[in-house]
Amino acid sequence: MSDFLEVLSNYDILGAYWINLSLTFFAAIFSLIIGTILAMMRIAPVSSLRFAGTTYVTLVRNTPLTIIVVFAVLVLWPVLGVQFSETFSINFFWLAVVALSVYHASFMCEALRSGINTVPLGQAEAARAIGLPFLSAARLVILPQAFRGAVAPLGNTLIALVKNTTVAAAASVPEVSILMKEMLDQNGNYVLPIFLTIAAGFVIIVIPVGLAVTYLSQRLAVSR
Amino acid sequence: MSSHSVLFDAPGPRARRNQMIGNIVGAVVVIGIGAFVVAQMASKGQFAAELWKPLIEARSWQYYFLPGLQNTLIAAAYSIVLAMVFGLLFGVGRLASNRVVRWFCGAVVEFFRAVPVLIMMFALYAMLPRLGLTTPETNPLIAVVIGLTLYNGSVIAELVRSGVYGLPKGQREAGLAIGMTRGKSIRFIELPQALIAMLPSLVSQFVVILKDSALGALITYTELLRAARLLGSDAPFPILQTLFMAAVIFIVLNFILSRIAELVARRVGGRTSGRARANPAPPNAVTVPAVGGTK
Repeated sequence: MSDFLEVLSNYDILGAYWINLSLTFFAAIFSLIIGTILAMMRIAPVSSLRFAGTTYVTLVRNTPLTIIVVFAVLVLWPVLGVQFSETFSINFFWLAVVALSVYHASFMCEALRSGINTVPLGQAEAARAIGLPFLSAARLVILPQAFRGAVAPLGNTLIALVKNTTVAAAASVPEVSILMKEMLDQNGNYVLPIFLTIAAGFVIIVIPVGLAVTYLSQRLAVSR
Repeated sequence: MSSHSVLFDAPGPRARRNQMIGNIVGAVVVIGIGAFVVAQMASKGQFAAELWKPLIEARSWQYYFLPGLQNTLIAAAYSIVLAMVFGLLFGVGRLASNRVVRWFCGAVVEFFRAVPVLIMMFALYAMLPRLGLTTPETNPLIAVVIGLTLYNGSVIAELVRSGVYGLPKGQREAGLAIGMTRGKSIRFIELPQALIAMLPSLVSQFVVILKDSALGALITYTELLRAARLLGSDAPFPILQTLFMAAVIFIVLNFILSRIAELVARRVGGRTSGRARANPAPPNAVTVPAVGGTK
């Protein structure tokens, strides 16, 4: 046991988790922004925007995240010349953020849309009845309720995002899964303890977020 | 999904004109973005015929795309079957009247749902050969299949549980009233109906399995993504084109699966006292401790 703890102390596990959390933080913000725009497009009375939004969501949702991450690292940067930094590690980090944001934006969009679906027809009718045009009705009446209804699915998407940051391994971002791989390669006799340690970290991160999401979604639910 | 009709009336003449203008502006913006991407690709010489030629050469399909697709489908098929078995066992286990069984199944399910699939795959990839369970040839496939099974099986276990909870309680009461035990009522009355009610969500979980099988590329399992990558790293390095092709194949496969899900939901929807949802939650979103699920 003490040998194992010594093995653990040789690695910067918390530092690796910190990278996962940073990836989560930035990707969550960007994907929520893109997702909100997509959701607005999908409910707009303009058919070309609706079509574009729907196409984006359908295509991205059915593509494996791994392909998107690999695409960012092997195509977006070297082939198409999208570069965020001269430093490799920083560049890879932001490419991974882009891939994660692009992928999860479609889920954020669907989460928001399912929130919009919880708003009863009467709310929209009331908004129109008092003469609010589309954008004002959306901003003042529909979206505030929709966001509350969307807390649970948005939270689910966030949790999926936390776990999916491990796929940044495909972009050689030195996050937890790459660190674990390195640990496993160098300490073959401790495979199971190492796995359980790393897995415990995710349990510790994910379960409180899940509880918070459940609490918030009940707390913020629009009582009807 | 009638969300847009909720938000606005049938348009009058002025609204129609505004919509038309919006349509044109929207189309211009979308086409503009597309044109920018195309121009960017052209300026990097990505439309050279030699880069796209590998996509229509028999050689690339024979040695890369088709074997890759085959491996993807093999991994997905094994995982789907095993995840169903796992999900049924642990889902029913969570409903058991024995507290120890219930607690044990709950802990297993919550654990595997919280741990990223990739972490499991890396660990299995390192662990299985050491235990002498796999040979170097079979190790990647088995690690992929077990990883996908544990994670998606746990999600399916949750589906089973919520499917049974979603049935009207009269079903269980009727079972008990005619003298069945709780276990018998679950097996013969509730589970068959729950399975039909959860079919749509189940199929979207299969889409997740198919998509996540691409993670196998990171543990040297030569599925579609890895095959595309290998083909793309040979001269003339058509990596953009091969990844594009791999993505298209995945999208088509998943699209077919989703269509089947909708079809099935419509056909069997009437054969359960529960409700078959035609629009299940987005696939990846079923990954959290459900409401009140973690204790």
